[in-house]
Amino acid sequence: MDLQTLSFLVVGATFVLYIGIAIWARAGSTSEFYVAGKGVNPILNGMATAADWMSAASFISMAGLIAFLGFTGGAYLMGWTGGYVLMALLLAPYLRKFGKFTVPEFIGDRFYSKTARIVAVISLLVISITYVIGQMRGVGIAFSNILEMDLAIGLLSGMVVVFIYAVFGGMKGITYTQIAQYVIMIFAYTVPAVFISLTLTGHAFPQIGLGSTLIGEDTQLLQALDQTLMDLGFAAYTSITGMSLLNMFLLTLALMIGTAGLPHVIIRFFTVPRVRDARKSAGFALLFIGILYTTAPAVGAMAMYNFINTVQPGPVGDPQGNVLIEERPDWMLRWERTGLLAFEDKNEDGRLQYYNDQNEEFAEMAREEWGWEGNEFTTIDRDIMVLANPQIANLPNWVIALVAAGGIAAALSTAAGLLLAISSSISHDLMKGVITPGISERAELLSGRIAMAAAILLAGYLGLNPPGFAAEVVALAFGLAAASLFPVLMMGIFLKKMNREGAIAGMLVGLGSTLLYIFLFKGWFFLPGTNMFPDTAEYWLLGINPTGFGVVGAILNFIVAFLVMKITKEPPEHIQHLVEDVRVPRVGTS
Amino acid sequence: MTLEESRAAYWKANLRLLAVLLTIWFVVSFGLGILLAQPLNTFSIGGYPLGFWFAQQGSMYTFIVLIFFYAWRMNALDRKFDVHEE
Repeated sequence: MDLQTLSFLVVGATFVLYIGIAIWARAGSTSEFYVAGKGVNPILNGMATAADWMSAASFISMAGLIAFLGFTGGAYLMGWTGGYVLMALLLAPYLRKFGKFTVPEFIGDRFYSKTARIVAVISLLVISITYVIGQMRGVGIAFSNILEMDLAIGLLSGMVVVFIYAVFGGMKGITYTQIAQYVIMIFAYTVPAVFISLTLTGHAFPQIGLGSTLIGEDTQLLQALDQTLMDLGFAAYTSITGMSLLNMFLLTLALMIGTAGLPHVIIRFFTVPRVRDARKSAGFALLFIGILYTTAPAVGAMAMYNFINTVQPGPVGDPQGNVLIEERPDWMLRWERTGLLAFEDKNEDGRLQYYNDQNEEFAEMAREEWGWEGNEFTTIDRDIMVLANPQIANLPNWVIALVAAGGIAAALSTAAGLLLAISSSISHDLMKGVITPGISERAELLSGRIAMAAAILLAGYLGLNPPGFAAEVVALAFGLAAASLFPVLMMGIFLKKMNREGAIAGMLVGLGSTLLYIFLFKGWFFLPGTNMFPDTAEYWLLGINPTGFGVVGAILNFIVAFLVMKITKEPPEHIQHLVEDVRVPRVGTS
Repeated sequence: MTLEESRAAYWKANLRLLAVLLTIWFVVSFGLGILLAQPLNTFSIGGYPLGFWFAQQGSMYTFIVLIFFYAWRMNALDRKFDVHEE
């Protein structure tokens, strides 16, 4: 069977599965629509949370990002998993105890203020809509680049499927589809990784393979990779490269705090029956996430090793050491067609050279000694490190189809979680909470469904016409979650005396300062050319990269909230009791 | 012990647990995985340079253990202070 037919079958089968789940898990009440009736098994919720959290970026882009960063790529691994520790220890059990439907609802009730609730809704909408754009792009990449099908058709079919299970099933439908999507995603990610690890090192577990010696040689894989990269003028894979230690530190912290403050992940913990289930569920969520996240660094390093050895099979500097353009492998031809890979034979020797021509000393030497006229790969999209993996490892076609289905599952599961966060904040926080408080449950459920449908249409539109700045905006989403939501949620639980004035001032300062810093370097509202300073290290305040600024925003949020709290009235008695109740799973009797 | 004292003691025990776990969280990721990673790379674990291992493997394993340990200890605290759920 050819790849095209096989892919249609595999991806089609997953879609049929999702729709089947949607029919089985319809939502009949607002509680089912917003929090799946609070009846989800904690281990299954861990699986759903893992799928909810692991987006197209985790599945498609992360390993490639690490492949090109080496050691400092650990910032993404630690940042995106370490945030769970904060969420599990500082937020999830308490917010579950509070027992309502949305994150802005907690903020509004805890700080006895509609204004606080509205500010939280605005943060939530900016964060979630930004994120959805990336997921829609992920669905598009999976269809157009792996399956070589029309992007629009792929995107539309994805939207129809999400529409069916998210609009009818709400959180209940989303939860059970996410569980199925997790299984598909993890299988699709680990199968190629296991094969590549076996081919290179003979170990089935990529986590062990990455630390092992290469088959038929007595060098360690990582040492060989370090050496090969240094021979080509790059920094060693395991050394500090790509970003400074300060920025690695800040980026890790910003991703951690941002992760902990993401509303679409927090609401997953509202779906389990008890506080202790929320604690346990967080552990399982990170365990299920960890299976992919500990595999990713092996995928990145091994893909990099394979890539370089394909381009440079012989000794560096030997005129016959580089691959002949005519003899390049089929997978290169395939990815050239998608535009993700491109080269130019700069020295016209009929062979390909990949090396660091930014390293002036090395480039000078390579020009004089070997006649190399520059790095000949003009485009290497980082995403191909995962997407091309099955072909680089010569795996059968069904694995390629599986990777496509996995990429789509990763994107759809995250998109659905985000869409639910968006629609519940509109129907529950804005409609029911502020605009029309007298609304009946049926009317609220209907408005939830309408908001969901509208959000899907908006996300689809943005996916088809992605704003040029989509990638930049994702950094903003994390920065905002870190600077606005996480600090007030945490203070709402851990500082009994934190009051309305402090929380609102803190959120606004955190939000405002982070937006301002990002706009100064990335342009006002990301309009190209409107940035006040060039986005390079010498202009950054104390050398802080805009993507890591969320940490500073969070610190400002904490400080301002605390100072304002000191000079304003303390919260009313019943609010202080509310905080005391949130802190215990059950009110004691002794 | 009055209800209020019992609650205060429960909360204090909780905060103490959080302080210990978050210290480990910080030391393993930011300490061993970032700030001390280069000096640690002169040692190795399972074929990995040690600092690199903490940044790309070890810290994640630690995080998973931390959350499960927290869940286990908190459930025990809940029972001890009689605030556990059915």
